[in-house]
Amino acid sequence: MKKLWNIFKAGLVTDNPLLILMIGLCSALAVTSTVSNGIGMGLAMTFVLLFSEIFVSTFRKAIPSSVRMPIFLIIIGGFTTIVDLVLKAYFPELSKSMGVFIPLIVVNCIIMGRVEAFSYKQKLVDSIFDALGMGLGYTWVLVGMSAFREVLGNGTFLGVQVMPQSYQPILFFILPPGGFLIFGLFIAFNIWMKNRMALKAEAAAAKENA
Amino acid sequence: MDLMRIFIISMLINNIILMRFIALCSYIGMTNDVGQSFGMGIAVTFVTVLATAATWPLYNFLLAPLHLEFLEIIIFILVVASLVQLVEFYLKKNVPGLYAAMGIYLPLITTNCAISAVVFENISRNYTFIQSIVYAVGVSMGYLLAMILLAGVRQRMRTSPVPKFLQGTPILFIATSLIGMAFMGFAGLIK
Repeated sequence: MKKLWNIFKAGLVTDNPLLILMIGLCSALAVTSTVSNGIGMGLAMTFVLLFSEIFVSTFRKAIPSSVRMPIFLIIIGGFTTIVDLVLKAYFPELSKSMGVFIPLIVVNCIIMGRVEAFSYKQKLVDSIFDALGMGLGYTWVLVGMSAFREVLGNGTFLGVQVMPQSYQPILFFILPPGGFLIFGLFIAFNIWMKNRMALKAEAAAAKENA
Repeated sequence: MDLMRIFIISMLINNIILMRFIALCSYIGMTNDVGQSFGMGIAVTFVTVLATAATWPLYNFLLAPLHLEFLEIIIFILVVASLVQLVEFYLKKNVPGLYAAMGIYLPLITTNCAISAVVFENISRNYTFIQSIVYAVGVSMGYLLAMILLAGVRQRMRTSPVPKFLQGTPILFIATSLIGMAFMGFAGLIK
């Protein structure tokens, strides 16, 4: 149980795909100008990641390693297509505003990376927790960034006006440079949190020894 | 005039890294010093132009007449990957000097999103052949410029006191944000 929790936590903080591993950045910075895009993209990504990892992990003994890349791509492509079609059918607005980034989930390095590095070698249960941790780790960063960017840059949250009417939106945060700035600050925050967790673990270990 | 416009927009106003967040991985990974980032930039320019010259005729003279447009993604990725491989072989055998300078960057380029973005956009924007080539050069020059700028900033940063909580990658993104803000000034160049 402890091990599973650690796998899950790794995705959220210590091995966060965006803030520590620095993969899958393009889509993360591009879609986070509004909160609804951030949530949509995060959940779409988590869904594809979860089912791809389940599939790959289940059939890992049946996939020959020489042709694994094309097979992974087909599996990932299949789930991406499902997400794409579902979004188009039930959330046409969201699908339109995220545009090309939904089909681009296929080539997102996070999914390919986790499938290749983790679930191709690990048991099914471990893979599920890895997918959930990584997916939610991606989602919280996206939602957090987009919340900052939308509230400061547009004065709204999920499309609802939250800042007082007299608030002059700081357009900078919606524009690309604002995305880079917020992202830099998020990395700094994550490093601080990671160091704090390491210190706490050290203190706990020292207490036990004493 | 039209070509100049495409060039300036793709290089400065819609800079592929600073304004469109494409090819960020190599931007963060390959800018440790100016020489390295220059090599990477030149290699990307070279392959992007070649890939454009190969994929544009392929699409317009083969895929479009046969109504095979849906194969675009698969075929283009194959073309770019094999092109990189061919260039590597050719350089290794015939121009060893250039290979020594560029060789290590070539395999990395296969997966560079800037190149894929350019070859797909040439098609979706209905550019003519000449326009596509100009667009490819413009985008890769913008890439080269952004790479060299960040590499320069990083060299200066090594000797500057960076606040402790921003050390490492956070400061890179903040520097990028400032470079990007400067680039927004170029938006006035074209009305």
